[in-house]
Amino acid sequence: MAIASKDGAKVWQRRDRKAQFATWAVYLTSTAIFVYCWELISEKTIWAFVWDAPAQAGDLFARMVPPDWGSIHGLWRPIWDTLNIATLGTLMAIIIAVPVAYCAARNTTPSVAFVRPVALFIIVSSRSINSLIWALMLVTIIGPGVFAGILSIGLRSIGFCAKLLYEAIEEIDESQVEAVRATGASGGQATAYGIVPQVLPAFAGISVFRWDINIRESTVLGLVGAGGIGLPLNAAITTLAWTQVSLILLIIIATVVAGEWVSAKVRHAII
Amino acid sequence: MLRIKGLVKRYRTGDLALKGIDLDVPDGQVMALIGPSGAGKSTVIRCINRLVEPTAGSVTLNDLEVTTLGRSELRRARRRMGMIFQEYALVERLSVMENVLSGRLGYVGFWQSYFRKFPQSDIDEAFRLLARVGLDHMVDKRADELSGGQRQRVGICRALIQNPELLLVDEPTASLDPKTSRQIMRLIKELCAERKLSAIINIHDVMLAQMFAERIVGLRVGEIVYDGPPDNLTADVLTKIYGEEDWSATIRKVDDEAAEAEEAAAAVIPVELPLPSRDRLAGLT
Repeated sequence: MAIASKDGAKVWQRRDRKAQFATWAVYLTSTAIFVYCWELISEKTIWAFVWDAPAQAGDLFARMVPPDWGSIHGLWRPIWDTLNIATLGTLMAIIIAVPVAYCAARNTTPSVAFVRPVALFIIVSSRSINSLIWALMLVTIIGPGVFAGILSIGLRSIGFCAKLLYEAIEEIDESQVEAVRATGASGGQATAYGIVPQVLPAFAGISVFRWDINIRESTVLGLVGAGGIGLPLNAAITTLAWTQVSLILLIIIATVVAGEWVSAKVRHAII
Repeated sequence: MLRIKGLVKRYRTGDLALKGIDLDVPDGQVMALIGPSGAGKSTVIRCINRLVEPTAGSVTLNDLEVTTLGRSELRRARRRMGMIFQEYALVERLSVMENVLSGRLGYVGFWQSYFRKFPQSDIDEAFRLLARVGLDHMVDKRADELSGGQRQRVGICRALIQNPELLLVDEPTASLDPKTSRQIMRLIKELCAERKLSAIINIHDVMLAQMFAERIVGLRVGEIVYDGPPDNLTADVLTKIYGEEDWSATIRKVDDEAAEAEEAAAAVIPVELPLPSRDRLAGLT
């Protein structure tokens, strides 16, 4: 804020001269960096391929239609596996995430110095590794199949659920908990009566939202052998069976849309 | 009898909130604690049931020393002290009945309370209390569907179902309109008289304090600067508690007939309506 005096009247401007120049300098540098990066990327791009892309895409599309509807009976089982991976993985994540969130929330953790950092570390490590990478590792550890998929979805989701849940716990209205404690309630009762009712809507919303995300994530796990619809997709791509690929993509889209519809309905019902 | 001796509270920030409070509240006395914001009114109340841990001093409730109790003993002591809060502090997403029954949490085990299996005697008492405050038709409503006055009535029921010996009341009318404030204060006073409860009521509104309390204690920056009957609240006393201000409008109510007229009016209403109508109590009229 810059207030100057001009002919006895006070003049107000948003920034003083120095701040104004600094703002412009930031804009200028950002633009220069953007132009320079554009130049670098452009140099390393083989433009012939890019110009050719529409023709290639058209060619691929032509080979994808019509979808091979005949092969659909072989896909029911993988899509069922995919849904199971998503659902069981989410369930596993929720069961583990609840105590982790309880330990990570500043207002409920048993110990801010020891337990909370451990809980936060669990959350960060789970969140920082993508489920596809979890799946890659788990397939080598426990072998390919649906179980590896469930575990990788579950491990990835613990952090997501626990983080959102512990934030919800930290945002509760403490006066309600205080009031319950003032009646002579024990710690467990204060949690059950003061905290749980307040975070229950958030908890349900988080669970359904993660389930919805997990349906999408579990469709690709088959690419690394962790079961589900990704397995036939991978097989179809490697055998260049493009009509089957298009069918599988259609089924994935239908499943994801159905999942989002269900989760939207459920969330609407809770909130 | 509640006896507070040399109560000191120093917060971790270093602020000395209470500088050695001495206070005796005999059985059945309704006492108002007035004072400016930050004087330590809430701290006094919270030090009694140890929602805030006192730094030094002693609090004895009917010969039970509260300040030295262990955790489970403190729970048992808290059952004997009902608390009513400024913003009601009901569990918003629970029903009226669950909120009232939560006053019994100190008496039942965890799983019993978790599955809402309270003894029938508790449920009877909850119905009785809700009828007494005019909310028996709201039992199954969720707390967040209620109006301010109705919520505070539920808060009162939650405190009373503890079967307490003392009521700690923290700014019960701060979020209520003037009419509802008077109804709530009258209700608290009546209930204290019915059950021979003593009460400490933190309150901002000097006029309300004068109307409904038999004794007034003035607190200023952690020290008691006035302790006496409501009628002795003169301009000098109010200046001592709150600081320099024109108090004539506040005091006139006590000195003039206006106050007597108002008290008379307050006294007349129960005569006109021997059984308080439920709608009036529920704040619907």
